[in-house]
Amino acid sequence: MGKKLLIHNDKVPNIHTLQVYREHGGYASVEKALKSMTPNDVVEEVKKSGLRGRGGAGFPTGMKWSFLAKPEGVERYLVCNADESEPGTFKDRYLMEKIPHALIEGMITSSYALGAKTSYIYIRGEYFYVARILEKAIEEAYAAGLLGKNILGTDFSHDCYVQVGGGAYICGEETALLESLEGKRGNPRIKPPFPAIAGLYGCPTVVNNVETIAAVCPIVMMGGDEYAKIGVGRSTGTKLISASGHINKPGVYEIELGLPVEEFIYSDEYCGGIINGRKLKAVIAGGSSVPILPAELILKNDKGEPRLMTYESLSEGGFATGTMLGSGGFMVYDETTSIVKNLYTLARFYHHESCGQCSPCREGTGWMEKILHRIVEGHGKPSDIDLLWDIQRKIEGNTICPLGDAAAWPVASAIRHFRAEFEEYINNPSKIKDVKHYYSVNQLAGA
Amino acid sequence: MAKVTIDGHTIEVPDGTTILQAARMLVDKDKMVDAKVAPPTMCYYSKLKTSGGYCRTCIVKVTKGSEKDPRPMPKPVASCRTKVMDGMEGVNITSPEVIEARKGVVEFLLINHPLDCPICDQAGECHLQDLGYEHGLSKTRYDFPRRTFNQIDIGPYIKMHMTRCIMCFRCVKVADQITDYRVHGMLNRGDASEISTYIQKAIDNDFSGNIIDVCPVGALTDRTFRFKSRVWFTKPVDAHRNCTKCSGKVALWLKGNDILRVTGRKDQWGEVEEFICNECRFEKKDVKDWTIEGPRHIDRHSVISANHYESLASLKLDIGKQQKALSTKK
Ligand SMILES: Cc1cc2nc3c(=O)[nH]c(=O)nc-3n(C[C@H](O)[C@H](O)[C@H](O)COP(=O)(O)O)c2cc1C
Ligand code: SF4
Ligand code: SF4
Ligand code: FES
Repeated sequence: MGKKLLIHNDKVPNIHTLQVYREHGGYASVEKALKSMTPNDVVEEVKKSGLRGRGGAGFPTGMKWSFLAKPEGVERYLVCNADESEPGTFKDRYLMEKIPHALIEGMITSSYALGAKTSYIYIRGEYFYVARILEKAIEEAYAAGLLGKNILGTDFSHDCYVQVGGGAYICGEETALLESLEGKRGNPRIKPPFPAIAGLYGCPTVVNNVETIAAVCPIVMMGGDEYAKIGVGRSTGTKLISASGHINKPGVYEIELGLPVEEFIYSDEYCGGIINGRKLKAVIAGGSSVPILPAELILKNDKGEPRLMTYESLSEGGFATGTMLGSGGFMVYDETTSIVKNLYTLARFYHHESCGQCSPCREGTGWMEKILHRIVEGHGKPSDIDLLWDIQRKIEGNTICPLGDAAAWPVASAIRHFRAEFEEYINNPSKIKDVKHYYSVNQLAGA
Repeated sequence: MAKVTIDGHTIEVPDGTTILQAARMLVDKDKMVDAKVAPPTMCYYSKLKTSGGYCRTCIVKVTKGSEKDPRPMPKPVASCRTKVMDGMEGVNITSPEVIEARKGVVEFLLINHPLDCPICDQAGECHLQDLGYEHGLSKTRYDFPRRTFNQIDIGPYIKMHMTRCIMCFRCVKVADQITDYRVHGMLNRGDASEISTYIQKAIDNDFSGNIIDVCPVGALTDRTFRFKSRVWFTKPVDAHRNCTKCSGKVALWLKGNDILRVTGRKDQWGEVEEFICNECRFEKKDVKDWTIEGPRHIDRHSVISANHYESLASLKLDIGKQQKALSTKK
């Protein structure tokens, strides 16, 4: 049994209420930080913990916090990214729904460390019911003097607000999120400047994922050094993984980083093996944006060593044979899966979610979707595979925000590892049933 | 000051200059430098704050970050938005990789473009045409229906032909920067997004006509000039008048003694020198309204400058081959 720091109490009845949460040690990190530590002490502990951003990119949180500009007389903000729209990722929802106070506690402690008088939780539109849970929790916290003026009788005052988004994936990108929070269209900003210098309303801002912020509480309680002992190498601590697909036990699991992938998939403690005893075909390990890997490469890397659930091990071999830990959206596909159809679904998603600011992503995502649609419907051309490859190559790395990359990588990896399957689709159209090949122009224009 | 080298040419520029501006300075300063060292731009406009970064045609490769940190930048960067560092070295036209990536961008810009140049008022001075000549493929790889939108009139003077738009945001920035409140912006998302005033409202501002001049393509055109003439059949002259709203310095586009069109004066980068008011642009169509200064030198972005047709080689057409093909067909 691995250590659990975030959702160890998820089965406790009424843990969503302040009273039960406090009975189980909740808000101790606020007490400890506000009463016995300076803000800088908290930042130092987070640095020592080696905590890395759980939103996808894995950027060291302590370092991000220390980049925050602190000009005199200018507000600073902490913004929690609860947009969680990456297909396959549903860990933040679980945490917020079950233990909302874990996030609120993290918001207060982190805001104290950053000197932020105001913080926002930006939550995706489809999570409106979770927003209500959070608002209830915030209300309770205000009533208990954990939010508002002079928290727990100290000098620190803080206000926390929940803002519901409109439901666009792109609003999870941190600068698009800030635009949206300001009430504007959620278009990613051109960087630099980074939010740490000019973020919300032009003020220095830290944007962190729900899980990252929640992890600050155990770090403050146990100390950064102790936290860093969990995990392997530069992948410290625990991570929430949302497992879905053809497994016996889909759900959200908290693992110690460093768990072997094979154990995660097959052990009864976690995914419990492939459904109906079928064979594993492929895994998307970190949310839909990261490269898909075939069974042999997800269980072992190209050197034949077992792959571990860590940032480093999963990316071993680069994109040629590796992938990324990403947001922890672990999607498992058994031998009955059509990789081509799956890719088409993903391509549709990225086309639909592109904000439209930069030419390669705006035009390229739609083009890739149309080609994949044609292939799936049995009208693919032999040249289509190379065309797809060329299009994704021209999107990648030439866009304002990483959504362009996120749209390109699934295409590249599917072709890299499953080219034969694409060829099969193209060469045997008669085998593909229910062919309807049409794409109306109105549909394209969104009319 | 920072010293930068682009395609082997070195120049010293003030701190905070972008790579693109530095490249333009290089070209302006030294006639021996190929004008193409300055990357093409479709969305950047030096007179508009926060413009640039969207279209990605101006990409260059930074092969040396700076004197202090000589590491190259891993990915191509938008030169219009990337500031120079002292000792920075970059490549534009000397890099096959950049040319290839730019070709990709041009292809993306063209896949949903209607290519209705024969009936487009912008033809002949369209930046997308220029870009297409220089970097485009001769045949499209896109074989799906192209997206279309209905044309709308933004007030009595401006035609919006969204199907041709390349989403450069220049008109949005003009509207933002000349009016106090937002009247013009982007609706919808991704490749379904469109530039609009939402309910076909006129942009009610004395300077709204400038969105026509900044539009690199024929998405925004002058209704008073609509279908009057191909631009290369008109004669551009510099002229001015006493205007209370703007400088009154314009370019007139004449056919005989008729003023078919009034625009701002565009420099060699296709940008107007000054924004002009709607009265000068739309309402003063009599030569008696103007003091004519003399013929206007057209630099680069127009076929009337004959630049693109200087030689058949620059057109990339092999006439001999075509004739041969025609004769064997018979
Ligand atoms: C298209 C796109 C969508 C994203 N969606 C999310 C999201 O839903 N949740 C999230 O935490 N981070 C998301 N990110 C990452 C954020 O930009 C940012 O890196 C993250 O919130 C930083 O927090 P962290 O350092 O705690 O991981 C997204 C990034 C991109 C490019
Ligand atoms: S990469 Fe796509 S989503 Fe990101 S800014 Fe560009 S068009 Fe928008
Ligand atoms: S209408 Fe013209 S100026 Fe406006 S965004 Fe489109 S191409 Fe650019
Ligand atoms: S001109 Fe630089 S990105 Fe468009």
